[in-house]
Amino acid sequence: MSDTRMRSPLGRAVGLGSAKEGVEHWWMQRITAIALVPLTVWFVIAVIGLTGADRAALVEWMHHPLPAVLMILVIVATFYHAALGLQVVIEDYLDNETLRLGMMIVMRLAAVALAALGIFAVLKLSFGA
Amino acid sequence: MRSDARPLSPHLQVYRWPLTMALSILHRVTGVGLCAGAILLVWWLSAAAQGPAAYDGMQHFLASWLGRALIFCWSVALFYHLCNGLRHLWWDTGRGFDPQSFDRVSYIVIAGTAVLTAIAWAAVIMHGRG
Repeated sequence: MSDTRMRSPLGRAVGLGSAKEGVEHWWMQRITAIALVPLTVWFVIAVIGLTGADRAALVEWMHHPLPAVLMILVIVATFYHAALGLQVVIEDYLDNETLRLGMMIVMRLAAVALAALGIFAVLKLSFGA
Repeated sequence: MRSDARPLSPHLQVYRWPLTMALSILHRVTGVGLCAGAILLVWWLSAAAQGPAAYDGMQHFLASWLGRALIFCWSVALFYHLCNGLRHLWWDTGRGFDPQSFDRVSYIVIAGTAVLTAIAWAAVIMHGRG
């Protein structure tokens, strides 16, 4: 993470500070949280509307740009927010430095991979069959 | 001096559990649980993208007793995390830290979770009939 974005002028001048990159973590957690409030409401309504739908109905729905774009935004915001949250859980409960670092790498790679898989699925449904 | 020989302050199990403490850890528990929900979402989308056979298999699983239980737990966790998350954003403005607000807003969060869950599942049932 860059140490110049989203920092107080004093923090920038003094350098890392005790928490190093905590300010950006804090802000990104809030920004993704704020984005997820309307996205979650939309997602719940959309899923209720899709209850019992067959695949053809889902594909037809995904062909519209708005559901496809909003679904991608749900995926991006969810996995970004999840990675930030899981990071804190890992930091809090894993004492062992090696284990902590290993879990952090696995968690982040998994978050990116799952998000990519989800986005690809949405695009395939939206553009393809 | 060895730092680990110092006396420790009392840990969690010493304290009586106020409501806010339970709700606080519940925010984390539901957050981790929602990660499983996010995996389920990607799995469902991938199955749909893969083809009719995979999608039917997924729908069959979701309609099973286990699938329905998972979705119900997911919905409760989602609504709780949403309500308590809004409370966190409100806390970020520097408000809501007096003891009265703590308890009052805790009950609002619990009630909000129950109401949203009830509305969502009522909508699912009505949609299924209609």
